[in-house]
Parts: sequence; C-alpha cells; structure tokens
Amino acid sequence: MNRRINAFMMAMALGLSALAPSSAMAQAEAVNAAAQAAPAAPAAANEAGNAATAAKPAWDYAKPVATVGQPQPGEMTFQEQFTPNGHYALWMHDNILLWVCIIISVFVLALLLYVMVRFRRSANPVPSRTSHNTLIEILWTVIPVFILIGIAIPSIDLLARQFKPAPKDALTVKVTGYQWYWGYEYPDNGIPEFVSNMLPPEKALERGEPRLLAADNRMVLPVGVPIKLIITGSDVIHSFSIPAFWVKEDAVPGRLNERTFTIEKPGVYYGVCSELCGARHGFMPIAVEAVSPDKFAQWVKAQGGKMPGDKSAEAAPAAASVPAAAEPAAATNAATPAAANAAAPATKS
Amino acid sequence: MSTTTADDFHGAHAHDDHHDSDHKPGFFARWFMSTNHKDIGTLYLIFAIMAGVIGGAISGLMRAELANPGIQYLHGWAQMMDGPDATMDQAYHLWNVLITAHGLIMVFFMVMPAIIGGFGNWFVPIMIGAPDMAFPRMNNISFWLLIPAFALLLGSTFVPGGSGNGAGTGWTVYAPLSTSGSPGPAVDMAILSLHLAGASSILGAVNFITTIFNMRAPGMTLHKMPLFVWSVLVTAFLLLLALPVLAAAITMLLTDRNFHTVFYDAAGGGDPELYQHLFWFFGHPEVYIMILPGFGIISQIISTFSRKPVFGYLGMAYAMVAIGVVGFIVWAHHMFTTGMTVNVKMYFTAATMVIAVPTGVKIFSWIATMWGGSLSFKTPMVWALGFIFLFTVGGVTGVVLANGGIDDNLHDTYYVVAHFHYVLSLGAVFALFAGFYYWFPKMSGRMYSEFLGQLHFWVFFVGVNMLFFPMHFLGMSGMQRRVPDYTDALAYWNGIASYGYQIMGVGVVIFFVNIIYAFVAGKKAEGNYWGEGATTLEWTLSSPPPYHQFETLPVIDDSGHH
Repeated sequence: MNRRINAFMMAMALGLSALAPSSAMAQAEAVNAAAQAAPAAPAAANEAGNAATAAKPAWDYAKPVATVGQPQPGEMTFQEQFTPNGHYALWMHDNILLWVCIIISVFVLALLLYVMVRFRRSANPVPSRTSHNTLIEILWTVIPVFILIGIAIPSIDLLARQFKPAPKDALTVKVTGYQWYWGYEYPDNGIPEFVSNMLPPEKALERGEPRLLAADNRMVLPVGVPIKLIITGSDVIHSFSIPAFWVKEDAVPGRLNERTFTIEKPGVYYGVCSELCGARHGFMPIAVEAVSPDKFAQWVKAQGGKMPGDKSAEAAPAAASVPAAAEPAAATNAATPAAANAAAPATKS
Repeated sequence: MSTTTADDFHGAHAHDDHHDSDHKPGFFARWFMSTNHKDIGTLYLIFAIMAGVIGGAISGLMRAELANPGIQYLHGWAQMMDGPDATMDQAYHLWNVLITAHGLIMVFFMVMPAIIGGFGNWFVPIMIGAPDMAFPRMNNISFWLLIPAFALLLGSTFVPGGSGNGAGTGWTVYAPLSTSGSPGPAVDMAILSLHLAGASSILGAVNFITTIFNMRAPGMTLHKMPLFVWSVLVTAFLLLLALPVLAAAITMLLTDRNFHTVFYDAAGGGDPELYQHLFWFFGHPEVYIMILPGFGIISQIISTFSRKPVFGYLGMAYAMVAIGVVGFIVWAHHMFTTGMTVNVKMYFTAATMVIAVPTGVKIFSWIATMWGGSLSFKTPMVWALGFIFLFTVGGVTGVVLANGGIDDNLHDTYYVVAHFHYVLSLGAVFALFAGFYYWFPKMSGRMYSEFLGQLHFWVFFVGVNMLFFPMHFLGMSGMQRRVPDYTDALAYWNGIASYGYQIMGVGVVIFFVNIIYAFVAGKKAEGNYWGEGATTLEWTLSSPPPYHQFETLPVIDDSGHH
C-alpha cells in the first residue's frame, strides 16, 4: 500500500512541477504585481488562514517551551537534540570535532607564540640555515592522516544511520516548499495538503511564540514513531530544516528527497527555510508539534483524516474539511493572470 | 622587445637622469594602452581597492540592518532605490541584491584582481627574472575586461530582477531562482558580468602559465622559483580548468532564461542540481584560487623576516599542487543537503578531509621556517602571523563542515558564513594586506608609517574576530544565511558582530591614512629595504623598479636559494 501511495505522490509532484515552471514567468510577474498593488496581502492571507483554523474541529496547539526547539539568547552551541541521530551527531561534534578544533588551534597558537619569543631577533641574532628534516615532514603528514581517519569513522557511521531506509510502518509526510510558505500532506492519513504560513509578529507574541519562527498551521507528528519526510519544491529550491532534529534537506523542484527520523519527546520545534528562495526567504518558518500517538490520532481526526487501519473514518471525505488555503497551488498557477492577481494574496504569503 | 614599445611613446617627462629603460610613455598611453606588467599590476590594485571599498560598504549596510532584530533601515533603502512606494517585498529583495553584490564583488572584483592581477602581475615576472609578461597586450585586455564586467554588475542593481530591482540570487546564482524565479534583465546582466570577469581571468591564466614556463631567467629552474611564483602557477591552472565550466554553466542559465531551453528545468527533463554540480566544480577550485597566491605571499614574508630559507621548499610547492588537484574532486561538499545518495555523501566527506593534510603541511612548514630563525616583527610579518593563526581556525571549522552528517545542521547557516570568512576575509585578506605592506614601498618607492601599519593590524585583528567569531554561535543556534531579520534570541551575538564591523571599519580607515601618509610624507624606499632576509629578485632592483627591468637577464647560480 505504501508503494502505491509513493507512486501517487510522485505523480503529484511531477504534475506540480510540470505545471509550475511553464507559467513561472507570468506567475512571478503576477505575484509581483499583486504584492505591489496590495501591500496588505500577507495580513489578509493570515486572517484567512486563521479563519480556516477556527472552522476546524477543536484542536489546540501546544504552547512552546522557551528552552526547547528554538535558539536561546546568547547561545554558544547547538540546540538540544530530540532524535537519536541528533544525539549521535551532537556527541560527535562535542566530543570529537570540537576538541580537534580547539587542540589544533591552541597547538598552532602555542607554537607561534613560542617561536615569536624564543627566536625573536634580540634573542637569536644568527638564524640557522636548516631547511629540511625528513622525519618531521613525514610526521606532520602522517599524524593528521590518523586524526582524520579517527574523524571519518564515526562520520561515515553517522551518515549510514541518517540514511537507513525508513521502516515499513513509518509515517509518511510530504513537504512542499513554495514561495514563500510550506505545504504539508499526510498521504497515510488521507489529509490533503494544507499550507503553513508565518504568523505575523504580533500574533506570535500573543501566542507566546518566537517572532519569525511561529507558523499558523504546524506540522503535527507523533513521538516514538519513525517519520519519513518526502520533500520537494514547487517553484524554486527551498530547504526544510529543523535544528533540534539535526535534519536539513533541500526541497528541489522535480525531485523527491527523503529524510527519516524519530522524535523522542513531545514539544514544539522550530526551523527555517535554509536555501535562498527569493524575497521572503527569511519569512517562511517551519513549526513542528510533536505529540503522543494518541493525541496525534486526535489531530488526524480533527483534520478529517483517518489513522491507517481505522475503517470508521473511511467515509469522511477528507477534502471537505480542509481549509480553503489548502487548495493546491497548481490550480492558482494555472489560472489567468487576472485571477492569479486576486487569488495570490489568499494563498501566497 | 619591450624597449621598442617604450620608444614609440617618447613623451614629455622629466626623468633625464634615468637610464633608457626608465623612459615612460605619456599619461594616456601609459595607463590606458599599457603593456607594462607593473603598470597593469598597479591598475589591478587600484581597481581592487575601489571594488573592495564598495563591497565592504555593502557589508556595512548588512551589519547595520542586522545589528538589531526587526527591519530598521532596509525599507528606507528600498525607497531610496525604487521610489517612495517600495513594498516590503522590494525591501527584502534589496537585501538579496546586497548579499549577491557583496559576494560577487569581493570574489571577482576584489580578491582575484588584487592577488592574481595585482601582485601576480607585479612580481611574477620580476621574481623569475623576466622583463615582462609573455603576452603584454593580452595582459592589458585582461584588465580592461574587468571594467565593463564591474559596470554590468553595478548596473544590474538598477533594472528589474524579480521582486524588485537587481539580481537577488546570491553569488551562487542557483537555478531555478535565477531562471524562472528572477524575471527581468538584472540577472542577465549579472551573468554577462561573470562571463567577462571569467574571460579576463582565463586570459590572465594563459599569460601566467606561458610566462612562467618560458621566460624564466637562465638558471631559474622550476624548483628554484620562489613559492609565490609556484602559487600563481598552480592558481593559473585552476583558473584555466575551472572557469570554462562556470562559463558553460551560466551560459546554460542564459539560454534557459531567454531561449526556452530546459537544462535546469525539471519539467522539461532538465535538473536544477546539474547547475549546482557545474557551479561548484568551478566554485570549489575558486576558493583555492583566492587563497593559494596568499599562501605564496605568506611564504615569502615568513622567510624574509625569519632570515631563513623556507622550510621544506619542495613539500611546500607540491602541497600547493596537491591542494589544487584534490580541490577539483571535492565540490559536492557544498551540496550535502541537496538529496545526493548516501554513498556520494560518504565519498565527498572523505575526499574533503584529505585536503586538510597538505594544508597542515603548509601551516607546520611556516612555523618550522620560523623555528631557529631570527625574527623581526615588521608590519608584513605581523599580518603573516595573524594569517597563520586565523587560517588555522578557519581550517579546523572546515574539517567540521566536511562531515556530511554534521553538515546537516550547519549547511546554509552562519557557521558556514563564519568558516568562509575566516579563510577568506581573515585568510585571503590578511595575505593581501601582508603582501601590500611587504611590497608597497617596492611598488611606490615610498615607505609607509610602521606605527600606522601595526595599528592597522591590531585594530583590524580585533574587529574581524569580533565580527566573525560570534557567527559560529549564531549558526549552531540555527540562524540561516541570507536573511535581513532573525528571531529575537539571536540578537546578542548579532549585536556583537555589528560592533566588530565598526572596529574593522576603523582599521580600514587607518590603512588609507597610512597610504596617504606614505605618498605625502613617506621616506624614499631603498632597493632592499628589508635587508638580508629578502633574497628574491625584486630586491635586487631599485624601488620602484625601472620601467623595464632585466634588459640584461639575471643569471641564477647554483648556490642561490629559494
């Protein structure tokens, strides 16, 4: 069944990308014109988004914990990790790489300071003429090789773990990057794509969320269940990243990239688009809410979806309950420029 | 050969007491139709300094905006550029134009012209005992191609490029943002600018290779060439092999943009990632193109001020060759997050780490050169010492980033920005300043103020470290590159970085004061003002050297050292 869904998604993705670039020029101009004609567009879009959220069955997003899943003020290291591979990567950085950095830098600095003092002209007026020493030249070639092998072994191991194929029971979520928002689709649960826009700063403040990181619709995921993300882009290249999971993967038009991870703890985790994608590149955050599997099932129900194997929900047509903003972007793209003008503020923000 | 050129332009000048070889043509012929490697080198240096001021000013705008969270100035600048009713999208686009311009200017119009065109032109012929470059007229067109290239890039900021005016694609010009994502002529102009700058560099590379292989003075074997010459030779080969690939890549961008080809368009059977592979096949050697001549300069300076020949000369020369060769097979470490298969990521992780070995050989050989030496800490030497330490710091963070699995969390963050500014802004630029202070009296005939030179170093050293070191923290925290605003938790280190920029700016002012001082009140420079440690051929000539040097070729005897 999984395979069939994959094939379906691939067809979807190719369809999207086939539509998008052919009208991309006109579309970009139309969006441009729309943005210029209606500077209030983002606000309007967010109003629409919020209205849609309110229309759904009851589901309250959790409040984020300020010390988790987001940058800390004055922080000098990585965010706390919440996936097994994240722990491994962080361990490797903190216990191997960081020490290699510090020891080599301090060693070179110490040697420099030593020669500066010991061999200054007043202390050593007559220079030696030594310009070769085969043994030391071999040593400073071979020793770094061993240090690098020491780094390469866990490094290759980390890569192997990160790209271990997802297990059969993994939850698949399709992520699509758009200029400038994210679309999330849950094919296993019959939840069609909904879009996730940045919350305006005042709204974020109201909800106690960090500015520029908060999103109106979050990607909700269960903890303890392997997650398989299928990541693609619709217009230009974006990059999906969540620092607290040690995950970053480009969203490339015409390509389905895959990342697998398992979240350990419930919480709200933020990320940002990490590939330059145009004007509002800095304003398309990623907000993931990790919840217990039970709560996840509730959320799925609230979206009008179903859990795999749950026959009772089969009848509910998923498309009926999705927010208006979730209309596939391709439909907007294909519309006439005039229609795009009107429609763009509603979906593109 | 070169004397006839000079005779053609017997102008009115007052150098009657000089030897024939110092006859200079009139102003226009000398500076606009130049075939003299030293004059062309001077033109390159003046051009690079001007471009550096523009590129540095742009980074000042960026640090001003980033000093505090929120948008402070960007919208106002957009209104200045695009009219009073500029939208926020136009303002955000302007940001992307600024980062693009800063990158392209610093790479193609500051570092490369200064270090290869400027110092390479000035000192490669002299160091190998040649009267001039092999193709003097081609040398001239190499320089003059840069002027229209720079004009196209600056001009592109005033024409539409998508959400606003100018090319906002980043210096990497990734498709499809640079094709379907950026309608309007701005990106076309930026691409043509790169074409011209690339052609300029290819011609320069041909000239250097020919000169070094064919015009060495009697006795100047390849293994006796000063390391700066070696570094330029390796760099010229990198340019010759890498730039045509860039030219092909951006030509396909142009045809995708304007002639409906689909090289980078998945909908038509193309692949956006093809562009990235081609770009980085050029782009990675490009970073060595920027730093290798710096390695050469540092080797000359360390040797001079230690009064010792370079330790492990052959190892040093072939370490550069090794860096050049390996530099061509590691490009995809810039693309770890693009969805390459895990085996490819493993290969590029391992291959990238290999580069640390020859780089380590160079660092340790410089220290060994100083070991047992008789060190004096003149301005060029303190810049060279600063270079060695800061390049090491930039190098070890490179080892961190080489790990594909670790890079997942650092790719496209400020950690990467910190890394490449440590190896370029604190590496290549420190080498440039070191070389400038080392050779400025040779080029101009005037000594600068030693006090101002030392002051420049310390102010600049404090400034750039305060500017770039906190960026490691920002990147690890999760701040992505190329954004005009950031979440409030990142304010602290961004604020510190912006203060660092101001200190660095003071350092640059001191640099210019020092140059003015040298021309107004500087002492006349002797032929070999560094004394017995300075052994390469430029120190056998007057300061500045005669208009045409080595009309009788110098002979390098067997006892000569490197």
